[in-house]
Amino acid sequence: MGQAAAALGDDQLLAAKVRLLEAFVSRSDITDCTQYALQWLAEVLGLSPSLCLLRPEGEEALFTVGAHGLPGTAASRFIASLEDWSSPLVTAFSNREHAFFRSAHTAAERKRRPSTPFEDSAFHVVPLLAAELHHDAFGLLLIGGGGALPSELRWFTALFAQKLAQVLRQQALMEGDRKQGRERSLLYNIINAVTDPILLTDTEGRLLIANQRALTLFTASEEESEGRRGAVRMNNMLLSSALSSKAIEETGAARRELLLVNPADGSDLVFELLSAITDDPRQGSGVVSILRNVTDLRRASEEIEENYRRLRIAEVQARAESDRLNLIIDSVADPIVVTDASGATSLMNEPAERLFTVPVRASALEQRWVQANDAHFSSFIAGMLVSADQRRVGEIALIDPKLGEPLPVEAIAGKIVSDHGELTAVVTILHDRREALEKGKLYEQLKGASDELERRIQAATSDIAHQNELLRRQAIELEQASALKSQFLANMSHEFRTPLNAMLGYTSMLLQGVAGPLDSSAKRHLSRVESNGRHLLTIINEILDISRIEAGRMPLQVSRFDVPELVAEVRSELEPIIMRSKLAITVHLPKDVPQLVSDRQKVKQILLNLLSNSLKFTHQGRITVSATRNARDRTMSLSVSDTGIGIAPSDQAKIFEDFRQLDNSPTRAYGGTGLGLSICRRLAQMLDGSISVQSQVGKGSMFTLVLPIRGRK
Amino acid sequence: MKVKSERPRVLVVDDYPDAREMYAEYLQYSGFDVIEAGNGIEALERAADSAPDIILMDLSLPVMDGWEATRRLKADKATADIPIVALTGHALAGILEGAKNAGCDAFITKPCLPEDLVKEIQKVLSAATPSTTRTRRSGKYAKTNG
Repeated sequence: MGQAAAALGDDQLLAAKVRLLEAFVSRSDITDCTQYALQWLAEVLGLSPSLCLLRPEGEEALFTVGAHGLPGTAASRFIASLEDWSSPLVTAFSNREHAFFRSAHTAAERKRRPSTPFEDSAFHVVPLLAAELHHDAFGLLLIGGGGALPSELRWFTALFAQKLAQVLRQQALMEGDRKQGRERSLLYNIINAVTDPILLTDTEGRLLIANQRALTLFTASEEESEGRRGAVRMNNMLLSSALSSKAIEETGAARRELLLVNPADGSDLVFELLSAITDDPRQGSGVVSILRNVTDLRRASEEIEENYRRLRIAEVQARAESDRLNLIIDSVADPIVVTDASGATSLMNEPAERLFTVPVRASALEQRWVQANDAHFSSFIAGMLVSADQRRVGEIALIDPKLGEPLPVEAIAGKIVSDHGELTAVVTILHDRREALEKGKLYEQLKGASDELERRIQAATSDIAHQNELLRRQAIELEQASALKSQFLANMSHEFRTPLNAMLGYTSMLLQGVAGPLDSSAKRHLSRVESNGRHLLTIINEILDISRIEAGRMPLQVSRFDVPELVAEVRSELEPIIMRSKLAITVHLPKDVPQLVSDRQKVKQILLNLLSNSLKFTHQGRITVSATRNARDRTMSLSVSDTGIGIAPSDQAKIFEDFRQLDNSPTRAYGGTGLGLSICRRLAQMLDGSISVQSQVGKGSMFTLVLPIRGRK
Repeated sequence: MKVKSERPRVLVVDDYPDAREMYAEYLQYSGFDVIEAGNGIEALERAADSAPDIILMDLSLPVMDGWEATRRLKADKATADIPIVALTGHALAGILEGAKNAGCDAFITKPCLPEDLVKEIQKVLSAATPSTTRTRRSGKYAKTNG
């Protein structure tokens, strides 16, 4: 080595040193510097092979940074662990001492020396030291060769070490800067990832750091719309005022609400502001603010509040409704009990309480009555609950707990079913049956009496109906009998008259001398036969008339006729009797006597009858026939009055009855059927007229026929 | 039989012989020519073969009653002009109407005295419009003394 150094001149050496210095100045990379340095060492000082080891910051090993004159990759990969305290390399490194290792020839020699790329060859170990004395060595320079090291190596080592130290320091500084940058970017990413706006402001409120979300709220570029910029300005103002007041009032973290404007759409945003003051010795005080968007939360909260408010209102209404319902239920005189689906009583009005709740200071008896009532009612409700009926009406035998008297009630229960068909309650109304029962009892009595009455009336009615039926039948029978009688009489009168006709005819012929002259005695006898025959004929005719009237076979033949003429006719027909009676017959007819419209034949028959009666019952005196017009009721009265024997008042009604002659004795003084006046009365009725009598016994009678002047046809 | 007497001829129809003969005897006594019939059929035959001037017809007759006989006589042109006096013991309503409907010219209710019957017959004969043949004998009515 010494030879090599000697081989160079001083100038050459200086120039080489200058080259090395320049190379170091222009190079900042460790490997680059090391490679040049080892190259320079071989060329200028003739020292080769060589190896440079460095200890990186924080590592406990020496790593190869450069090699010269050593073959293969083994040299560049050589690492010497600093933890191997027994290694002579470590000792040299720790002690900052030069070391020399001879070439080894034996195994023992090899054992004493470290394993290096120099293998068994001799090599020097030179520590690389930093300028500061207290610092550890930071690397080792290993130089092969057994000779002494040239003095120039000291200069080189110092310079090389200084350069390496500088480079290492620079590397360390750069490494620190990179790390800081990475951390900062990570931090930014983190805060940007937070959706809540986060910002750092200085004590004056100026924005120092803001995440993306905060930027959209608090910053706006010139290109953005005026509205957005306005919103941002306002947000800044709101934030500053919130922070300043916060900063003054409190220290440390604080929460408060902050209302901002959404620059995107102008809508209101509500934030919860968490701000904390940070003290940084280098940066000074600042305020970290985290804004949490509680707009939705606020909205939700407001909704909850609104719902709650509504709930309260509904509750109040429900309560009012319930109160009203209670009032109504309480005002009902009938007990009302509301039971739930399990049968438990949920509500009852005051009248129900009297029955089912034990009052204060109740006697044992009273309690028992109430319990009995409760049991009865529960059983009723239980029956209701298990049945499918929606409504149930039943009777419950309760007891009035106050009086201990039986209280029969009618229970009307109805189920209340929810919209889902679920039974929610049973409402039962109890109605006092006592009055109804009392009424019922009275009604029963009344009904009994009424039924009895009805039964009796029915019996009586049926009896009457029976009687009526009998009467009706009798009437029919009588009618039939009467008709039969009339028919019989009609037939009989015909049968009577046929032989009578022959008798009267032959008598008449004998009296006329058809069969030759008769002596006076025979004539007298025949005259008796004739007069009796005529009498018999009269009787038969009268019977026939009655029969015809009764059988309704006496038709009216209405015509207009003169009364005087009729009276004259009647008088002339009775002339023979009048002659014999020697009575004075007077006829009094007014000059204006009107014509009658009636059945002439029947009027004549009546007058004939009346006049012949008078002639029969008048022995002396006079008979007067008169007519009077009654203008008021358009009737005419035809009267026949006599001075005969008269009729007693008690008998006056009887004379118009059928077959009635006042003297019914067999030896009666006067002949006749007794049908004459009866026929007259019937005929008068047929003509819408009437016949009446006024009489005094011994003084005479007056029979009056009253007829309408214009009879109906 | 073709040669008739001058006396008016009366056909007396009655089923009751006593009555019929009584009237016949009295009519003959009163100057009438009398022929008799006992029922409706006989009456039709007598009326056809004897040409009476008047017929006295009882209504209740056997075989053929007086109403039917009257209807037939009035329906026959040969006998339609002969006046018929109905004679009945039935005085009940409807009889008279029935007789008139049947064609009777007059109506007499029994009992009827012979003299009253003669009066009625004379009345009917004098009222009847005399035919040419009857005019011939109209003046020869025998006046009775009744």
